[in-house]
Formats: sequence, C-alpha cells, structure tokens
Amino acid sequence: METVLKNVRDRYNVLHETHTHGVFITVSPNDVIGLLAYLKNVEGFTHLVLLTAVDWIEENQFQLTWLVNNPVLKQEMGIRAFIERSVWPEESVMDSAHHLWPAAKTYQRELHEMFGIDFPDSPEVNEPLILEYWDQLPPYRRDFDTKKYSEETYFPREGRYTRDPKTHMEAKLYAREGKKQ
Amino acid sequence: MAKMNYRKRLIDFDKRTVESPDGETFEVNPMQDYYCDAKPKVHPPSKIAPLETFYNWCRAESIFILGFGTGCGAIEMRPLMGPMYDASRFGVFWRPTPRQSTVFFIGGYASVKTLKRIVRSYEQMQGPKWVFAVCSCTINGGMYFDSYNTINRLDHYIPVDVYVTGCMPRPEAILDGIDTLKKRIKEGRGEGANKYAKNFEWYKANQKKIIKDWDMPDYNW
Repeated sequence: METVLKNVRDRYNVLHETHTHGVFITVSPNDVIGLLAYLKNVEGFTHLVLLTAVDWIEENQFQLTWLVNNPVLKQEMGIRAFIERSVWPEESVMDSAHHLWPAAKTYQRELHEMFGIDFPDSPEVNEPLILEYWDQLPPYRRDFDTKKYSEETYFPREGRYTRDPKTHMEAKLYAREGKKQ
Repeated sequence: MAKMNYRKRLIDFDKRTVESPDGETFEVNPMQDYYCDAKPKVHPPSKIAPLETFYNWCRAESIFILGFGTGCGAIEMRPLMGPMYDASRFGVFWRPTPRQSTVFFIGGYASVKTLKRIVRSYEQMQGPKWVFAVCSCTINGGMYFDSYNTINRLDHYIPVDVYVTGCMPRPEAILDGIDTLKKRIKEGRGEGANKYAKNFEWYKANQKKIIKDWDMPDYNW
C-alpha cells in the first residue's frame, strides 16, 4: 500500500490523506478520472466498490467518494473529490467514469436523481432510477425538508406523537423518587 | 427467399383480420394495447339471502393470496407457506397472478413506485376482492412516516379490509388477521371492491396526485 501511495503522490497532487479507517486520499476533481484510470490499469485496483456523495451544505460543496478494490492483494482505497454545490435547478457537473467500469453508470444515475449531480455522456443518466419523474429539489440534498413534503403529500394519520426521551425515561425510572434534578 | 418470409412473419405488426376458432372474424392490431376502459361497477349481493350466505362461506373458505411481496413484511408470508404455520390448513393459498387471486397482501411500506404496481395489480384482480394490510407502515407510515417516497395511509389509495399491526407482525398475528377477514366475509362486510367502485373518483384523484408518470389506463382489468 505504501508503494501505491508513493506512486500516487509522485504523479498527482494529493490534497489530503487519512489512514484512520482505511486509506482515503483527496485530489482535485480534474485529477480524479485520471487517477482512477491509473489505479485500475497500473496498480491493479480493478473493482469499483461504490461511488457516493455527501452534501456539505455549510461549505457549499459536494464530496464524491469512489471506493476501489484490488482483489489480488486485498487492498481497498477511497478517492475523494470536492465539487461545487450548485443551486437547484442548476446541476453540479462531474466527469463520468463509465468508460472504466460500466457499472459506474448506475451510481451516476442515482447521484443525478438524488443529489442533482450531472455526469455528461454517462449512459441513461437522465432516465429515472428509483423516483419516477421527480420534479422537485432532489431529496438527498440537505435543504430538502422531507417531513414537510411527506405531510403535504401523503395524508398523515392523526394521533402520532413523540416523547422527549430524557424526560420520558426520567419519569418512568425515577417516578417514586420524585422529580430528579 | 424462404428465409425472407420467415423474417417477415416475425416482425409482422400490421393490422389484419383474424378468424377465431368459433368462425368469427375480427380485426387485430398488434401495436394496440387491449384493455377494458369501463369504470368498475357496484355488485349488489344476491337477492336470495341464504344463497348469499352460502356464497360468502365459499369465498371465506378459499382465500387465494396474490404472491406479490410489496415490502419487508412480505417475508412473513414465507413461514405461513411452510410446514411450521401451514396456512393451507385454513384454506389459504398463494397464486402467481392477480387474475386468480382474491386477497391482496400488502406487506409493509409502499413506495410511490410500488404503489403504481399495487394499483395496477389490484385493478386486475377479479371481484369480490379484499386487501389485507400488515405492518405499521400501511396504517400511518410507521418508521417511514416522514419519508419523501413512502405513502402514509394505504386506505387513501385502495380500500383496506383488515389491518394487522406490528413491525413486523408474527405469523400467528397474521393467521389471526386472516381469521378476522374470514369472519368479515361471512358476515357480508367484506365490501372493499364495492367501496372502491363507489368512491372511484376519490381514489383515482389520490393516486394521480402522487403517481406522476400515469402512463396506464384509468381502469385496466
């Protein structure tokens, strides 16, 4: 793994590195596809485990993570890139990796639907995957209020209530001792 | 030349006149979907009361469940099929197609994508038909009450005869629910299909509110 990391550091501008829970390296979005191709063709990371995104709304960024796996040496590596978070209905744009792994197109369809991240030239990226013809803010963006949407759309039944866990458990466990401070 | 003819027969989508085995001739267009576009009708009970009781007894004792697992609660159907809880003791069987079944078993949460298929399968079932909904999710949304993609109340989209609570209910609870359904049918209170026909516009409006790509006929049995 050290030799792989050294080779990567020599060739690409690595912005950040963590080793706490597996190896994750952060590079700029322009370098990602080249790095993935290098890892796949030269270093033997031939398997794409997943591609996923995180919405960092405070930093106005999307974090994309590609997990790749070397099945021969049983190594796993994560590649991260931060792209700009667009304002809906404009979509953030990232390069597609479907020419390296055909399975990447399904992840890219999902990200397009759930986060509004576009991958130009990825096959079938504009077709609905899980949500059929969703016409609103993509639901995995953090500014989408899922409870409000559900209440407006799906006829909530009366009678649902929630308890504050702390006060409820205090009342239940220490009922005899009176009110605990 | 013979090969050409073979190919032509494979991709023959033209209109043509066909003769049926009874000698009747009619026109067939292979590019057209054939379905019934008539609205559902209310079927009144038989005028002879003892006959209706007999019909209801027959209906209650041969419950054919549509084997369509719509959510996680559908996993509870499998022990019922097996020797442990053996639901066939009570006249309950599973059928592979909506045309042969009388009870629709909704196992838990229904997402919008599934609801479209549920509505379509429900309308293809032949009346009298009943809906048997298990798990909390069909009642009030359960743990998915605030989900963007999961319905909260099933009875706003199709009429429900029996609810079984739990997340998920044990097979014993489902057998008890089947018993309740049988009692209701025998008392003549299993009127789900008629309720659907009576309030057809209301149900259709609710369905169309959330199913955005409505690309099927309004009633397709």
